[in-house]
Amino acid sequence: MTDTNRYDAIVIGGGHNGLVNGAYLAKAGLKTLILERRHLVGGAAITEELFPGFSFTTFSYALSLIRPEVIRELELVKFGFNPIHMPTSFAPMENGDYLLLGPDRDENLREIMRHSPRDADAMDRYEHDITRVLQLMYPLFDRVPPNIFGKTPEDAEDVAWLLGHLGSAEPKVVHDAVRLITGSIADFLDDYFESEILKGYLAASSTTGTKVGPMSAGSGLVSLMMAMGEHDGHLGSWSFHKGGNGGFTQLLATAAQAFGAEIRLEAAVDHVITKDGRAIGVVLADGTEFHAGVVVSALDPRQTFTKLVDQRELPDDLVESIDRFQFNGTSAKVNFALDAAPRYPALGDRTDQYRGFISVAPSIEYLERAYDASKYGWYSERPYLDCCIQSFLDPDMAPPGKHVMSCFVQYAPYHLKGGDWDTERDNLGDTVQATLEGFFPGFGALVLHREIVTPLDIERVVGLSEGNIYAGDFLAPQMYFFRPAPGWSQYRTPIEGYYQCGSGTHPGGCVMGAPARLASQQILKDRVATS
Amino acid sequence: MVKTTPFHPRLAELNTTQLWTHWAGYLSATQYDVAGKHEYFGVRNAVGFFDASPLHKYEISGRDAERFLSGLLARDIRTCRPGRAQYTIWCDSSGHVLEDGVVFRHSDTDFLLTAAEPNLSFLQSQIGSMQVCVVQVSEQYAMLAVQGPRSRAALAALAPEVNRLGYFGHAQSKIAGCEVTVSRTGFTGDLGYEIRIPSDDALSVLDAVLEAGEPHRMRPFGDQALNLLRIEAGLPLIGVEFTSSRYSFNEHDRFTPDELGFGWLLKGIDDESRPFVGRRSILAERANHASRWTTVGLSVDSRAYDSLFFDAGLVPPKDEPPAAWETMLYDDRGERAGYATSYTYSPMMQTHVGIARVRPELAVVGNTIHVEQTVNHVYTTVAATVTKLPFFNPERKTSM
Repeated sequence: MTDTNRYDAIVIGGGHNGLVNGAYLAKAGLKTLILERRHLVGGAAITEELFPGFSFTTFSYALSLIRPEVIRELELVKFGFNPIHMPTSFAPMENGDYLLLGPDRDENLREIMRHSPRDADAMDRYEHDITRVLQLMYPLFDRVPPNIFGKTPEDAEDVAWLLGHLGSAEPKVVHDAVRLITGSIADFLDDYFESEILKGYLAASSTTGTKVGPMSAGSGLVSLMMAMGEHDGHLGSWSFHKGGNGGFTQLLATAAQAFGAEIRLEAAVDHVITKDGRAIGVVLADGTEFHAGVVVSALDPRQTFTKLVDQRELPDDLVESIDRFQFNGTSAKVNFALDAAPRYPALGDRTDQYRGFISVAPSIEYLERAYDASKYGWYSERPYLDCCIQSFLDPDMAPPGKHVMSCFVQYAPYHLKGGDWDTERDNLGDTVQATLEGFFPGFGALVLHREIVTPLDIERVVGLSEGNIYAGDFLAPQMYFFRPAPGWSQYRTPIEGYYQCGSGTHPGGCVMGAPARLASQQILKDRVATS
Repeated sequence: MVKTTPFHPRLAELNTTQLWTHWAGYLSATQYDVAGKHEYFGVRNAVGFFDASPLHKYEISGRDAERFLSGLLARDIRTCRPGRAQYTIWCDSSGHVLEDGVVFRHSDTDFLLTAAEPNLSFLQSQIGSMQVCVVQVSEQYAMLAVQGPRSRAALAALAPEVNRLGYFGHAQSKIAGCEVTVSRTGFTGDLGYEIRIPSDDALSVLDAVLEAGEPHRMRPFGDQALNLLRIEAGLPLIGVEFTSSRYSFNEHDRFTPDELGFGWLLKGIDDESRPFVGRRSILAERANHASRWTTVGLSVDSRAYDSLFFDAGLVPPKDEPPAAWETMLYDDRGERAGYATSYTYSPMMQTHVGIARVRPELAVVGNTIHVEQTVNHVYTTVAATVTKLPFFNPERKTSM
């Protein structure tokens, strides 16, 4: 082995968290190597030209939860951070009507009044209450979770901080937070609204990426996570990065490299080398070895604890927790290259409704029925679709006059009962296309090309177990100081020098960068303590 | 009675909000649709167009036209070849800035000057015995600014000349059969062009531009988006950053070019062969180090800003239109440091930025300045860093 194979830190996985973690470590002066299995960085946040002239955000498709701290501390503005605000939300209805919301509060209230006069002022109350809950949650996002099982004075301090933080909030706000975290979004919304379309629109995000329906306990938690986004001071709003999420991860790679990190592509890690209970490096699938005192896994918990290391080196209770950790991938994507913008009959030739998300979720019942199929091992006949015609935001993503449309599909369970995804892939594409045809007559005739991504494809291509987009379901027993396992939520592992920084750690999935940032803080703190 | 520009019939159709402001005596759209902020993003990521017709325009021609402008304008017009344009300022004899504008050179003896304020009698008063003719042509031409990274692609189909235009170059072209002048100029700090069109042809040209821009997602943008764009571009606005020294009541209301950050326009000021109005005073100001202010950029520490509001139980406001008044600045000791003339949240910079005047000794890039901020109805401050202007300066703005 030559000196060139020795680093201070090796990060396994060049997804957005791997890049963020590597960038932080390199910025702190560590000689850092980021290893990516594929031919491009980005993990599930990539943009690919899969059809000439059309850029597809194959998997992850929007940016919102990225923490402002990451943008600031990694100086991303200097490297070309270019967010594009998504100003509208469009929800078509089965009767041909629609709900179209934009950035103007008063116009939104008038639009809501069209569907229910009572829901207009209810919307103000709902938004205010959610904002209060978000204010309570943000500080939890930006700190390492306390180890409530720890015995050190530092652990006691962390727990005291948490209790103090919750104790200083108004009781109603804490109660709302608990109702969301443990309850269903359907119940929560019923306290405010009566309009089916408004409730459908607001409930839709509660189902994203996790195997819960809007009437399931726990759907409130997913809804809350999806609302944690922030864009230019708008809490809960979403944005889009120039060039899609691949544009964003390319920028992260540029930043990481500018701070001195080295990125190696097509470098699949076979396993982590350990010696006397500590990590000393990695071996690639081709046998190449790299050595470092710090090895960080940006992969999901199943891979971090059961694939990259020999689980016999780990405590039994951790292995059991990881075995129990739920990955029920239930999401798919169908991405379209379109010859022109789809037409929504009630809006004639208008296209300004396409500058944000198009939410095909006309009622809570529609969503719950879509969920029903997944309970019994099949995909929804009429799925919830979260679509975005991204070329309206960034015209560079499609040839002039043409469009590229990303459709997130829920529910499509990883485990099909009595079928398999290689057989069902095209049928899923047809189902999605037929659903869109129902709302946008003539849609099918516009399709120049389509790309279907099943949960199995997500697992095969990106490596996310069971195709779970969050690297592990958003369920209360898998969050905060339980993510990914009780006692192991502080980014360390039982193997000294071996860390975890992926979406399977607190605060979780989405292109957020927070897990990787917090992990880098632990790694750097431990280096100071041991040096 | 407020006037409407030649583009108005079409713009009135496009302005779904019916929100208008008055600019130089004309109706000017505040924003065109409910998502006003998106007009800003439209320019930064695709292409937008703005009706700049209300600008005052003067044709300046004659055997002595160059000598006339060379003695009046602070920037050396002799370095501007035909087919080029210059951003410029003019001063009074005490070396204080009167106004700014853009001068286009069409030939050795023919120029066109655009300005935000009327200047005909002033310009004519400067002629003396020179053989120069100054004619107001403000209403004879409409001006359409087409700005953003897709502006070249959108216009190239109509006016292939744009492919050859360097930054601040201009050329004659024909759009929809109408003679126009296309220049690579604008007020957004981005790749962009302005089209000067005989007023009678304005609608035909606009319709052609609309059609050519459609596949590029071109959209109109209003006054609000323009203000945000120009602050990011570090471009001063008369009436905001400064007012004409001619109308000042005291020394606090007048500024020298160096104080306003216009020093770069004064290249060659030491050249004795070009006396211009205000030159000797400016030289004296420089020799005596008498500038009272230095214009800098301020970039707010976004972490400090967010904490200020979160810790007070509030959501940090980031989406207001640029502050309509001056924002006070302090140094580390709490002494008055100066004031920001423009202050706004910048989406491209992801923090609040300001165009500011500070005491010259504080104008060191990286210095900390404290910006006055109201939280829970109490004055406090937030830290900002002195930066260079412009804040946003993409390569595409000037590249070929």
